Amino acid sequence: MSRDVRERIFTTISGVPVDEVYTVNSVTDLDPSRDLSEPGKPPYTRGIHETMYRGRLWTMRQFSGFGTAEETNKRYRYLLEQGQTGLSVAFHLPTLMGYDSDHPMSAGEVGKCGVAIDSLADMEVLFDGIPLDKISTSMTTNAPATVLWSMYLVVAEKQGVPWERLRGTIQNDILKEYIAEKTYIFPPRPSMKLVVDTLEFGSQHVPQWNPISVSGYHIREAGSTALQELAFTLYDGIEYVEWARRAGLDVDTFAPRLSFFFNAHNDFFEEIAKYRAARNVWYKVMTQRFNCRNPRSAILRFHTQTAGCSLTAQQPYNNVVRVAIQALAAVLGGTQSLHTNALDESLALPTEHAARLALRTQQIIAHETGIANTSDPLGGSYFLERLTLDMERGCWEYFDRLDAMGGMVAAIEEGFPQREIQDAAYTYQKAVERHEKIIVGVNEFVSDEPPLEILQIDESVAERQVARTRKIRQERDDQQCRSALDGLKGAAIAGNVNLMPFVLNCVRAYATLGEICDTLRAVYGTYEEPVF
Amino acid sequence: MPDRIRVLVAKPGLDGHDRGAKIIARAFRDAGFEVIYTGLRQTPEQVVTAALQEDVDVIGLSVLSGAHMTLCPRIMELMKKEKLDDVLVLIGGIIPDQDIPKLKQLGVSEVFQPGVSTEDIIDYVRRNVGKR
Repeated sequence: MSRDVRERIFTTISGVPVDEVYTVNSVTDLDPSRDLSEPGKPPYTRGIHETMYRGRLWTMRQFSGFGTAEETNKRYRYLLEQGQTGLSVAFHLPTLMGYDSDHPMSAGEVGKCGVAIDSLADMEVLFDGIPLDKISTSMTTNAPATVLWSMYLVVAEKQGVPWERLRGTIQNDILKEYIAEKTYIFPPRPSMKLVVDTLEFGSQHVPQWNPISVSGYHIREAGSTALQELAFTLYDGIEYVEWARRAGLDVDTFAPRLSFFFNAHNDFFEEIAKYRAARNVWYKVMTQRFNCRNPRSAILRFHTQTAGCSLTAQQPYNNVVRVAIQALAAVLGGTQSLHTNALDESLALPTEHAARLALRTQQIIAHETGIANTSDPLGGSYFLERLTLDMERGCWEYFDRLDAMGGMVAAIEEGFPQREIQDAAYTYQKAVERHEKIIVGVNEFVSDEPPLEILQIDESVAERQVARTRKIRQERDDQQCRSALDGLKGAAIAGNVNLMPFVLNCVRAYATLGEICDTLRAVYGTYEEPVF
Repeated sequence: MPDRIRVLVAKPGLDGHDRGAKIIARAFRDAGFEVIYTGLRQTPEQVVTAALQEDVDVIGLSVLSGAHMTLCPRIMELMKKEKLDDVLVLIGGIIPDQDIPKLKQLGVSEVFQPGVSTEDIIDYVRRNVGKR
């Protein structure tokens, strides 16, 4: 008897074929005691804590920043009043690229995609009235991560908070910048030295800080499949550990502070499988490849953000539903912290109303759905376990290829991950255009809706910001600033010293981010991506 | 219509999100166009110089950062100066509705917002190239 099915081939959003039904026969290679164990036990497939969200809910951490430090400080205080439990700083593009707001390349960009931070003075305003010993802060900064972290550390000093008590994360994942997000400044090799410096400095002076958040988020946003996101991210993690080891660091001094950051896209089960496989694979990498002795070195902790690239400008209220489903996948996958996107983020930075609704989405999942009551509630599903095993196998296959290329830096120089992602992005785009993949409101179920009220950043932000930065340059002790920058240059040329103390000196002297980055540009040069 | 349509795909500004630029560049190539991709972080001056040197029929600009109302007017001004009036200028990216009339007034031919298909953009180019 023939049966009606809607499509000839059923696949995940990543193009992986899916069977009609999964049974015990689909997972004959699953050894539950080896592959699953229990929550809180190796290989941590089922979660890193025995009690999971019964012990503590995930951190609700909304990525936020716009305009000047004053405006963003006000938004932070608002979000904290609304029950947000951690801060996450979005810097504007000039800050991410190591330019001050008055640099010609910053024209039109000031305060647009995040908050403008040019010097310590801005950072002081950003955290005004926010006690840094009580809150954890994540900062999305990569190429100039040493500079922005230094600014945060000096603000803490000024608040009288010892560095040992600071909790937070700098993204500091330069590899995925070359692979996907493209906010690089220096070439890969000196950039890796800066990362190793932060790993060492953090382990010695800021022990509760995550000096890196190895990120798949941007790889996925650039159009990768779920497997590519996972495999490239975990392999980036391997590359950082390799470089740190080569620089003489003991794995167990820094590995417990490595953290990860994944995307939560629309394909529900595929995403949950990705998070579960991530923990399992990382456990094996750390114990078998790097022979770590500290059990905490082998535990993968991660932040999740719902997929910005899945949001549509058309019928934007549909995004609320997408975000809720994606957030559910992240929680069922055992995330440690979560950002839920706002419904208007395919159009602009979120309004206060949209940002609140995004936070409420997490609060509803946490407090109303009941899914936080038990650990890994989907564990044992034939379908999910099959997907998890396949995701793991796919990682090892990519790892073999990357090993054969001589590691991730070498692979990036050859353009390998970049090409893999571009191909996946193009394949998906074509599938959407052929209506093989449906996006509600875009290629099916199209209707007109009135436009949303969106957040506008006017050019007066740039004027105010430029005026402040010029004032700082006039009022600071020029002698002190000059000698701090010269000190940094000398250390960078020497090459064998940790640059963090030198960057801290520059920051204390109110050297601007642009001046500090220019000093390093003069030594390291800049990176231009070949067209792959 | 020229024998072979030549297109410059450019990303002005600081934004590095090149998924859209790369997809449209590849779709143009698959459609038989000659495509020159500038790479990232091009100043308006660099974009217009490249358009001149490459003698293109179309410029496709991708801007996602919100800087389009600073970058695009500057590019249009430089194009007028160089008498590139016959070149079709398209913008793709996160462009709010209210900015579209202003951009068209400056001489931008069309603005493509998120969700558009590459087929529609290719059609538009074929129908409008060389008509100015």
